[in-house]
Amino acid sequence: MTALTELTIAEARDALRAKKISARELTEAYIAAVEAARPLNAYVTATPERALEMARASDARLAKGEALPLEGMPLAIKDLFCTDGVPTSAGSRILDGFKPPYESTVTGNLWRAGAVMLGKTNMDEFAMGSSTTTSALGVTENPWRRRGDNCPLVPGGSSGGSGAAVAARAAIAGTGTDTGGSIRQPASFCGIVGMKPTYGRCSRWGIVAFASSLDQAGPMTRSVRDAAILLKAMAGHDPRDSTSAPNPVPDFEAALTGDIRGMKIGVPEEYRIDGMPAEIETLWQRGIEWLKAAGAVPVEISLKMTKYALPAYYIIAPAEASSNLARYDGVRFGLRVPGRTLDEMYENTRGEGFGAEVRRRILIGTYVLSAGYYDAYYLKAQRVRARIAADFAEAFQRCDAILTPTAPSAAFPIGEKQDDPIAMYLNDVFTVPVNLAGLPGISVPAGLSSDDLPLGLQVIGRAFDEETMFRVASVIEAAAAFKARPPFVAGEA
Amino acid sequence: MVPLIEGASGSWEVVIGLEVHAQVISEAKLFSGAATAFGAEPNTQVSLVDAAFPGMLPVINRVCVEQAVKTGLGLAAEINLVSVFDRKNYFYADLPAGYQISQYSRPIVGKGKITLDLADGSTREVGITRLHLEQDAGKSLHDQHPSLTYVDLNRAGVALMEIVSEPDLRSAEEAGAYLRKMRSILRYLGTCDGNMEEGSMRCDCNVSVRKPGAPLGTRCEIKNVNSVRFVMQAIEHEARRQIELIEDAGTVEQETRLFDAARGVTRPMRSKEHAHDYRYFPDPDLLPLRLSLEWVEELRRHLPELPDAKKARFMAAYKLSANDAGVLVSERASADYFEAVATGRDPKLAANWVMVELFGALNRLGRRIEDSPVAATALAELLDLMRDGTISGRMAKEVFAAMIDTGKRAAAIVEEQGLRQVTDKGAMEQAVAEVLAAHADKVAEFRAGKEKLFGFFVGQVMKAMQGKANPAVLNALLHEKLSS
Repeated sequence: MTALTELTIAEARDALRAKKISARELTEAYIAAVEAARPLNAYVTATPERALEMARASDARLAKGEALPLEGMPLAIKDLFCTDGVPTSAGSRILDGFKPPYESTVTGNLWRAGAVMLGKTNMDEFAMGSSTTTSALGVTENPWRRRGDNCPLVPGGSSGGSGAAVAARAAIAGTGTDTGGSIRQPASFCGIVGMKPTYGRCSRWGIVAFASSLDQAGPMTRSVRDAAILLKAMAGHDPRDSTSAPNPVPDFEAALTGDIRGMKIGVPEEYRIDGMPAEIETLWQRGIEWLKAAGAVPVEISLKMTKYALPAYYIIAPAEASSNLARYDGVRFGLRVPGRTLDEMYENTRGEGFGAEVRRRILIGTYVLSAGYYDAYYLKAQRVRARIAADFAEAFQRCDAILTPTAPSAAFPIGEKQDDPIAMYLNDVFTVPVNLAGLPGISVPAGLSSDDLPLGLQVIGRAFDEETMFRVASVIEAAAAFKARPPFVAGEA
Repeated sequence: MVPLIEGASGSWEVVIGLEVHAQVISEAKLFSGAATAFGAEPNTQVSLVDAAFPGMLPVINRVCVEQAVKTGLGLAAEINLVSVFDRKNYFYADLPAGYQISQYSRPIVGKGKITLDLADGSTREVGITRLHLEQDAGKSLHDQHPSLTYVDLNRAGVALMEIVSEPDLRSAEEAGAYLRKMRSILRYLGTCDGNMEEGSMRCDCNVSVRKPGAPLGTRCEIKNVNSVRFVMQAIEHEARRQIELIEDAGTVEQETRLFDAARGVTRPMRSKEHAHDYRYFPDPDLLPLRLSLEWVEELRRHLPELPDAKKARFMAAYKLSANDAGVLVSERASADYFEAVATGRDPKLAANWVMVELFGALNRLGRRIEDSPVAATALAELLDLMRDGTISGRMAKEVFAAMIDTGKRAAAIVEEQGLRQVTDKGAMEQAVAEVLAAHADKVAEFRAGKEKLFGFFVGQVMKAMQGKANPAVLNALLHEKLSS
């Protein structure tokens, strides 16, 4: 039979219930894979003992025929989720030694659904980045390589650790968070599925905040079906998060009928941007053809405000971050670098605790909220945001889902764009508008670049209509039949 | 008439606006479930939200919203059905999140008013600008260690109402009347205990001076004054300081000052290196607060009778003077006490007993009317014993003193001490006869026209009867015997 670490959640679920494998075997295979994947630096903390303990509990439930929805599924958890008694760093020095005495709602939901924690994964510091190179805990490598070139590539970011772990078969699936593309872009770079739910679908309680009005947790998996299964367990109303939606959580898996006949698929003309590689344009065209072949009707739509999305995002997100990150002051937890006065202690702690990108965004955010600049920047950006949401609302009058590329490029070498924040920010040009509008979006691996790197297509849905989005995504997945494997797979020397 | 202060260059008008920070009465904090009780061990009433741990989120406490709306209704103010929570950003060790959640541009309560009761019995209306909800900060303790500052987060996150007045006040006395009235209303509503000593009500005073009719002068803000008396002193001092400054050809700088209660002066706050820019913006963790009109109206229907209405009713129903009614209604407990005593009795007598005897005794004992040793029903029983002639007014005072000391009922004390008044003429006759016999010389003098000796005879008989003689009966009897 296939190696245990090749199974999807759906396949492992069947095998476990049919008693062909045990949760313990599956978890042990993944614990070995986590070890083998060390060169990628995808994990910052491994929790093998906890994993085995959880697997034992899963086997006990399986034996009694009381299997839970995610029974025995070994997961990689982005280090932005607070995990009870397990170090949580957010990729930052400033959280040195921080072990939360509480469990985030989303991870708590996963454990209650029978899942197994393999460990915590690397990320850009405070989820600010698109490369997983800004972490205080080192750079994460993408398991993929360009054909004929061993130059290490970024896994994308900020959820690059989970992306690399899932792609390298060092976790059956993972969690990420997505503020401007931090799940979907690394999913595209790593050749996996990454999904950002509607804002409010997953509780933010216990997730280290970056930009509160944009942050959403979501699944990173090796199939669309797995994403649907994982999201079902992650989502749900949480009275501890005032922005969490009281909507019921549908059975997303049941939406995967493959039937998209008559569905209207929006194709936004504004997403044809200058400098986008022709092969991405071609892939996008192919995606449209696949959907057409399945009976859907492509519709040209216009999202006029698209070009203002990145500038608006880079005002709103840093503004919120500058305030959200004020609590890292050396007083109550994490790093403290002493000083002679309180102000000096703040300066020393925050100066040494935060990396360059985080400091840059705190400065931008502080600036745009300052007296005299608030109206010109923050308030204007909020107006742009409302217009972007209105653009989408108008487009969804004419279509049921929107198809775009996920990112304007494939994975790039570690170190590239490092000194050019604007070039780095451009990675998120197709994903950011979705966060600003609070909509669900999913990246599905759809093909390979000319040098054999994975490329993703993004399906965007209406708010709280993840079902339609999943259904379209599953059609892309089936048509693309993406079977390529990264050169680095854990345990395959 | 506008009260003025005389300076060297003539009269000056003082313009005052007050910002009251009133701690909301609620079991839990504004955005967390932690307890709010005063005086707990440091850092024992702190949730992860209050301590701003990573990933923690605020959830609004419905009770605090209700209290703010009730207070707004009590101040005859507009209730904003949509209001917004903003973050006020600044760094300090006792502000765990690095921001305070407050309401900046869209407060929960808008314009209202409050009626001042002034010393001369007149009233004056003062505008309320707004009321908003915000979190309190923790406490920095600088005196616990020679070089370190300790932080107590028990207070961090407790709900405050910031109530801002229009610059309508014109003297320290008016400011005092404003605070007393505000406290009275808050206590009636049960939305704040108004205890300035424990810091559950604090006041910032904005003070400026101008020549009558001139535009507003530059104001100074005196922060965190913690008693009505200090507020009045601080305003008085600050107004005189500004007048002297201007008359000495100086100019008033807009600044924040502190009141030094020990010396009775205001002084500038230690100048901070950086002027604060609070970078207010809507808190993305909280949705706008939406209230339904029905809910607000429901609260309005259940508002208690407030001091102004009660005062008017006391004046009309019990024929009390404005001053007496004002004193009695200033605390809901005294008003309730008075009404319990006055119902079915002489209201004037009841008011006198409550205000003179009871308040005097409570004052001596340092007790509040809520824990008075003499309950309203007990005082009512005493007045009833007076009314039915069992005891005299003079005896009643003795009985009341014993009631205060022992907590016993009036009837029991009268019984125990044999204080029952003698109204039977026959029982008095012997004592009268003995007194007249013992003072035959004085009787002669009286009969010769020295009528003021009558009081002497009354006193002697009372003494002989341990004060138990009914004064009216005794007077009649004495007149009868002396004239025969």
